Amino acid sequence: MYSKHLLKKMYTDMLVIRYAEEILVEPIIKGEVKCPVHLYSGQEAVAVGIGAVLARKDYVFGNHRSHGHYLVHGGTLKGLIAEIYGKETGCAKGRGGSMHVCAPEAGFLGAAPIVAGTIALATGAALAASIRKDGRIAVSFFGDGATGEGTFYESLNFASLRKLPIIFVCENNLYATHMPLQDCRAANNIVATGKPFCIPSFREDGNDVLKVYDLAAKAAALCRAGKGPVLLEFMTYRMRGHVGPDDNVQGCRTDIRPAREVAIWKGKDPIEALEKYLLRRKIYRLIELKQTRSSVARTVKEAMEFASDSKYPAPEELGYYVSKK
Amino acid sequence: MSAKNRILQYSLAINEALHQMMSRDKSVFLIGQGVKSPWYVGNTAKGLLEKYGTSRVIDTPVSENGITGAAVGAALAGMRPVVVHPRMDFMLYALDPIINEAANWHYMTGGKSTVPLVVWGIINRGGEQAAQHSQAIHGIFAHIPGLKVVMPSTPYDAKGLMAAAIQDENPVVFIDDRWLYRTEGHVPTELYTVPIGKGVIRKKGTDITIVAISYMAPEALKAAQELELAGISAEVLDLRSAKPLDQELIIRSVSKTKRLVIADVGWKTGGLSAEVAALVAEKIGTDLRKPLQRVALPDVPAPSSKTLEAVYYPRSKEIVKAVKKILS
Repeated sequence: MYSKHLLKKMYTDMLVIRYAEEILVEPIIKGEVKCPVHLYSGQEAVAVGIGAVLARKDYVFGNHRSHGHYLVHGGTLKGLIAEIYGKETGCAKGRGGSMHVCAPEAGFLGAAPIVAGTIALATGAALAASIRKDGRIAVSFFGDGATGEGTFYESLNFASLRKLPIIFVCENNLYATHMPLQDCRAANNIVATGKPFCIPSFREDGNDVLKVYDLAAKAAALCRAGKGPVLLEFMTYRMRGHVGPDDNVQGCRTDIRPAREVAIWKGKDPIEALEKYLLRRKIYRLIELKQTRSSVARTVKEAMEFASDSKYPAPEELGYYVSKK
Repeated sequence: MSAKNRILQYSLAINEALHQMMSRDKSVFLIGQGVKSPWYVGNTAKGLLEKYGTSRVIDTPVSENGITGAAVGAALAGMRPVVVHPRMDFMLYALDPIINEAANWHYMTGGKSTVPLVVWGIINRGGEQAAQHSQAIHGIFAHIPGLKVVMPSTPYDAKGLMAAAIQDENPVVFIDDRWLYRTEGHVPTELYTVPIGKGVIRKKGTDITIVAISYMAPEALKAAQELELAGISAEVLDLRSAKPLDQELIIRSVSKTKRLVIADVGWKTGGLSAEVAALVAEKIGTDLRKPLQRVALPDVPAPSSKTLEAVYYPRSKEIVKAVKKILS
């Protein structure tokens, strides 16, 4: 059974991500946000379900679509929005933007948009943990598109050879930018790629946070018991575009995903599904649910104001942080 | 022989730096292809596996991209990895973790994270090994903000720069050359570092400056000795680091001699010799008495056949020729 505390935390975390993403939509359309933003709306259950089983000491690496991973693993809302706006108060001081959110102080070692690039990095963080025998585990978040890169397979092999404590988390949202999965892979079988490397591999509904949590707990336990690595494939869907809000959501780019498909997945909204569960199980009354929503909305709005009030980096500081002195 | 005058081979000087750094700091580990095989890394890894075991001396599958990426990730997680590429050519598979990730990470995180990583690439020229076993690609890495590139030419510098590279908080590309592995020289037994970004005057002179790096540094010295017999006093600078470049040392020497030959182990176009030439043009410009000369690889892939190989790699005689062209 899930504790009330856990359920409420997971619900709030998912809401924070959703509201943070959706508050960016208008500024993106207006051109106030110019930095490329890959919204995570629709995939919240994966980040939150995994994050709920991790300890603060554990290591997490993200990708181009990592606002959610960052927020769940210790990144601040203010730091996120300010970073997207290119402000000095951003989590990367305005040097990284949306695709390089980081909170290394909390174990979220960073994100990067070179597809699959961070899979090897996360493997290295797990290697560090295994050399030190410090009980940490590492998590690598990547999309279905990343399974087209060689470094994914190199990392699976090396991690398995050394029995590294790493969870490879594929968030299969069915599209690699514009390319549907069936145009990228000969078979819809990402979960099977762990098998030749002798890696325990599981596929699960990525829009059900409780199922994600259960599987994450199992994977983390395997890793902590020295039985890693583990490969998890979560079937999910991004409600927004590859980059920015569009591709058949706002209606201005209707060429990428079939409207019917988008509608079907909208019906599987992971937050709505969890809300129904919470009400059914009487964890929340409707009024409490609404209160939580407005409280999160307020916090996100405050972060927006914080970002807006923050200063840009000073031009004379262009050359800062190239090398550590 | 007293420890003060101890003579050591270049490759064993690297080995000693690895031993001393691994013994001093538990976060240092060696990873890469063939670290347990003298066939790959010569005697640079001698005794490490026996002493530190397979958790810190990690022989790997042929997966340069994945393994180098893992080294970057381990560095981000608090370790100080040395990832070795026994043939630098294969390191091209690892350009993403080196350039996109390691070099940029400190900047991309607004200074929050550092990547204390050594990427060790070995140049394996000659031996009829052709285009994919012989390349010197330091110029590629010197081009990238966030990377440091060191290329020791003496056993003393090999040990001191490896130790400095491991201690540095930033990614350092350490490039050595198999042609230097048997070079002998004075190497102190204790741990010391050679500063990254500082060149050194190998021979003082007044008529002309020869700026060299890596294998071309001893060739430049040989050339200077030959020139001395012809009454030409050449000053030989060994850059030791391709990045950061010791600009001050170059400018000071060239301002004095007003004549310059640059000798690089890489190709001519877009490389280190072009960078040094541009620096001198910017800072000294028309003060040179004669146009500078560059001794570098021709813009040709490395050949296999010995007749072609013989004319491919410049040596001291090409440096002498370049000096004489300026002084004629």
